[in-house]
Amino acid sequence: MTIKLGVPSKGRLMEKTFDWFGARGVTLARTGSDREYAGAVDGVTGVELVLLSAGEIPRELAAGRIHLGVTGIDLIREKLASWDQRVEVMAELGFGFADLILAVPNCWVDVDTLDDLDAAAAAFRARHGFRLRIATKYHRLVREFLKQAGVADYQIVDSQGATEGTVKNETAEAIADITSSGETLRANHLKILSDGLILKSQACLLRARDADLSADERRDLADLFAKLGG
Amino acid sequence: MNPKVIKTAAGIETLFQQAGAATVQAAILQPADTLLGLYGEDIRARAYVTSDPLRGEQMLRPDFTVPVVQMHMEQGAEPARYTYNGVVFRRQEDDATRANEYLQVGYEVFDRSNPAETDAEVFALIQNALGDAPVRATVGDIGILMAAVDGLNTSERRKSALRRHIWRPTRFRALLDRFAGRVETPVARQALIASDDPMAQAGPQIGLRSAAEVAERIDVLKSDAALAPISASEVDLIEAILQVRETCPNALAQLRDIAVDLPSITAAVTRLDERFEALDARGVETSTLMFETSYGRTSMEYYDGFVFGFHATDHAGLSPIATGGRYDALTQRLGKGDAIPAVGGVIRPDLLIQIAGGAS
Repeated sequence: MTIKLGVPSKGRLMEKTFDWFGARGVTLARTGSDREYAGAVDGVTGVELVLLSAGEIPRELAAGRIHLGVTGIDLIREKLASWDQRVEVMAELGFGFADLILAVPNCWVDVDTLDDLDAAAAAFRARHGFRLRIATKYHRLVREFLKQAGVADYQIVDSQGATEGTVKNETAEAIADITSSGETLRANHLKILSDGLILKSQACLLRARDADLSADERRDLADLFAKLGG
Repeated sequence: MNPKVIKTAAGIETLFQQAGAATVQAAILQPADTLLGLYGEDIRARAYVTSDPLRGEQMLRPDFTVPVVQMHMEQGAEPARYTYNGVVFRRQEDDATRANEYLQVGYEVFDRSNPAETDAEVFALIQNALGDAPVRATVGDIGILMAAVDGLNTSERRKSALRRHIWRPTRFRALLDRFAGRVETPVARQALIASDDPMAQAGPQIGLRSAAEVAERIDVLKSDAALAPISASEVDLIEAILQVRETCPNALAQLRDIAVDLPSITAAVTRLDERFEALDARGVETSTLMFETSYGRTSMEYYDGFVFGFHATDHAGLSPIATGGRYDALTQRLGKGDAIPAVGGVIRPDLLIQIAGGAS
């Protein structure tokens, strides 16, 4: 058997992951045609590359179907309950930086903090008859964050893409999303609350705590970490 | 399901029937809207949500109280006593050892006559149903804190902001500190209040929340900034109330002392006294019963008066074996204009057996 390493199957995250491993003497590569999700590993023995959507890597790690995985810590924390009991962060990879933030329209000049948001939400519900809508795909993280802060009278509406546009389209009043430069937010006339940073994320190499390992696999894993660490 | 649990549940239900309760049922699928409207988004962390394209979001019932109140408000004759015996479903995110499906046997009283009496009736009945299980009861009363907030010497708007967060201690504390001038007003808000043209940097108007709503809130912030802070002595009294944690007679004495300086809680303290007397009359040993003003403040959000819980004496971390309390305001929220004083409690037979097994 082999150690299964799950890596995002496309885009910058895949390329940067390949670069990061390559710089440490472990060559990861896609094989076959551009459209075929198969991969190869050189420089270590007993490691198999599994190309997956970044969003599926948390689930595969938690189930123990892959032993190692590269994905954003935001996805891990959103998708896995008690995440730190199920996976271990082996390395922060120094790319894929993104902040999960809470943003409201610029024209809400009266709203700068969560305290303001909470007060605005109360007034909004009284006026409009429904709870202020926050569009996001990070339901759990946002809910936990707002619960900690004691914000009430809001509702989460699911948004899997183009989240910044939901306010203008009047399907939400505020948003919670990943941002790196803040440019998309500005272009959509949104501003980040001054205490609205929910999570700082970057790509991480993670180990599944539940995955079964044979003695051989344990040795191969130790070799891999020795190489990556050195 | 364990037959012992089912048998115990049936025994408790019989006891509740003998106390005069009619058995009622509730649908397992409840419209999510009602529960979300009451509890807010947080309920999604604790209840299973499902949906279909016709009825929209539905929740697997997380408790019976809401459907029983709805049923009573729609068709019930007064006064009424109900019992139910069925499974509830609780989504778990953190602790895999906690059950996500378990039986609850409950007793609910809708009666306008004498709140102290019905409070005592429910508590004594539940205590009796628990028999000699190794449990320790704690009682509380959210109504004391509510009365204290009502009596604060400040604006109605501030009081209603505090009332809205009675069940969220962190935000309640933050609001109280701000209204009392104990924390600096955030810089951005100071600038906003001082600005002659706050909309100067607003950019284009987007979204449903209108410029008029923004302007309205700025006016609110300005008038609030001009208000005198809530006095330090009043804040100290609120803190003193929240810290009361004593046997019933001692708690009563402490609250009476506080009421000298904060007369607005006098009526609530008198009700407490009447409740303790009613409990005594039913043979509940109030001289050793623990009272905590803030009991249930974070976990029992629709209770607005008497609250109680029975915890296992030697199983730390186990959920309460039985809980209950008064929820007059809930009947108003669900009653579309109608309201009726209501109090009730539930027992978890699975936990009762678990702790009884440990003891024998």
